[in-house]
Amino acid sequence: MTNAGFILGSYALTFGSIVIFAWRTVKVGKRLSADLSDEDKPWL
Amino acid sequence: MTIDTPPITAATQRRGTSTPATRVIGILTISMTIWLGVFGLVLSPADRDQGDAVRIMYVHVPSVWLAYLAFIVTALASGVHLFGRRHSLQADRVAGASAEIGVVFMAVTLVTGMLWGRITWGVYWQWDARLTTTALLFISYVGYLAVRGLEGTREQRARRSAIVGLFAVLEVPLVHWSVKLWRSLHQEATVLGTDLDVSLDGLMLFSLFVGVVAFTLLFVWLLLHRSRMLTMLDLSAESGLESALAQRRAEGGASA
Amino acid sequence: MSSSGRIQVARVVLSKDLRIERRSKVLTSQIIPFAVVTLVLFAFALDGDAILQRTAPGLVWIAMLFSSMIIVQRNFAVETSDGALDALRVAGADMSAVFWGKWLALVIQLLVLEVVLLIGAFVMYGIEFRGPGVVLLVTSSISATCGLSAVSTIYAGLASGVRGRESLLPLLVMPVASPVLIGATRAAEAAFGTGGTVVSEGWPWLGVLSVFAVVFSFGGSLAFGPLIDD
Repeated sequence: MTNAGFILGSYALTFGSIVIFAWRTVKVGKRLSADLSDEDKPWL
Repeated sequence: MTIDTPPITAATQRRGTSTPATRVIGILTISMTIWLGVFGLVLSPADRDQGDAVRIMYVHVPSVWLAYLAFIVTALASGVHLFGRRHSLQADRVAGASAEIGVVFMAVTLVTGMLWGRITWGVYWQWDARLTTTALLFISYVGYLAVRGLEGTREQRARRSAIVGLFAVLEVPLVHWSVKLWRSLHQEATVLGTDLDVSLDGLMLFSLFVGVVAFTLLFVWLLLHRSRMLTMLDLSAESGLESALAQRRAEGGASA
Repeated sequence: MSSSGRIQVARVVLSKDLRIERRSKVLTSQIIPFAVVTLVLFAFALDGDAILQRTAPGLVWIAMLFSSMIIVQRNFAVETSDGALDALRVAGADMSAVFWGKWLALVIQLLVLEVVLLIGAFVMYGIEFRGPGVVLLVTSSISATCGLSAVSTIYAGLASGVRGRESLLPLLVMPVASPVLIGATRAAEAAFGTGGTVVSEGWPWLGVLSVFAVVFSFGGSLAFGPLIDD
């Protein structure tokens, strides 16, 4: 594969950003969820 | 210290923002994304003109698709908030969550696009209408998020940001048109040759399709989690739990 | 509210803004000197008569854009510091009329600034006014100013009375106003004949600028009520 650094870098950047963003979202959600009652969570 | 806290079951605490539906979507997203990696990096052939650089397209195009989808959802949710009879705050949170997702993916799009441009054009940036519009749109939505961060009540935040969200949509065709007209007067725009449009066939088109499906699922998953998180963030700020939490954590830290 | 009542409100707001300006003289004593010193600084940075003449239209409009941020911040700081906008709202004034009044006041102030900047560019950068180019220059500048004023008024209204607005306003206005910068600069280049351009190349830009001005002026007049009304 030519330009492997650029190509793999793009994939790493894309998936790395997704993982970090998703992980942070879920983590903050869990932290907040622990302090709220179930009535405040209409999706349950 | 006794605070009158509502009963919390261990199960819901652990669950956070996830539900059976999001778990199914999550598993589908992960499997589609693995397929995207396999097709994009291994199975699909190198392009005749672009060589292996075309592989960047399999993450670049789905990212830009996701970002624009997110901004469309932001605009729609802003409209629902502003023109709906109930002025739903939930619509506003969906708009905010969607814009946050869009900004992240717009940033990813810009960087992967530059890497692709470096290989194909030899330069990171061209003042092409599409690139320039995308960059300005990115900055506009950073501004949108800044407006959401302004002080004020939640109703104020919702109305301000809904209007900014709708103006940002108004801006897209005007910016695109003006940049296009500008560049059409400068011939060097086409001198560099390869256009963004490439003729894709067979496996390449399928890889791209896998990417778009994977990222659409990803968007739904992220939007559900993120808007739920924002809902809880509003509620916890409302009941002042945020400060109580910080206080408790400080106490825990001191005793440990 | 009747349409004559609306015009009345717009006229009152307009004359009030201009009167404040006439008494405080901020435009003449602070903003115009700031804009002129910006032109001088460009000359230092870009060192070279040929470059300056080539880039003069862009430099004039960049100076305009930055100065307009300061003017509009001030126009709204006056409103919010003593709750004047709230008073207008409580008094039942039509907010879209208030928008038109403030918009026109800003257009007038910006046009004054523009004349000064063009004279500055004429003297310092060596731009030339050509017969047929003057019509293009005047019409495109007026449309560009109308558009820029509309965008600035909308976003300044949105951020008025909020902490941290000074740094937020440029972030909101600049990306949206970029078609104005592109259009006004290209039209001015055609008007001056910069880089061998001819006047006819400038007319399409007048179209862009006019559409922009119409869209954002009317969009602003609709959005202004909900923005202030909270």
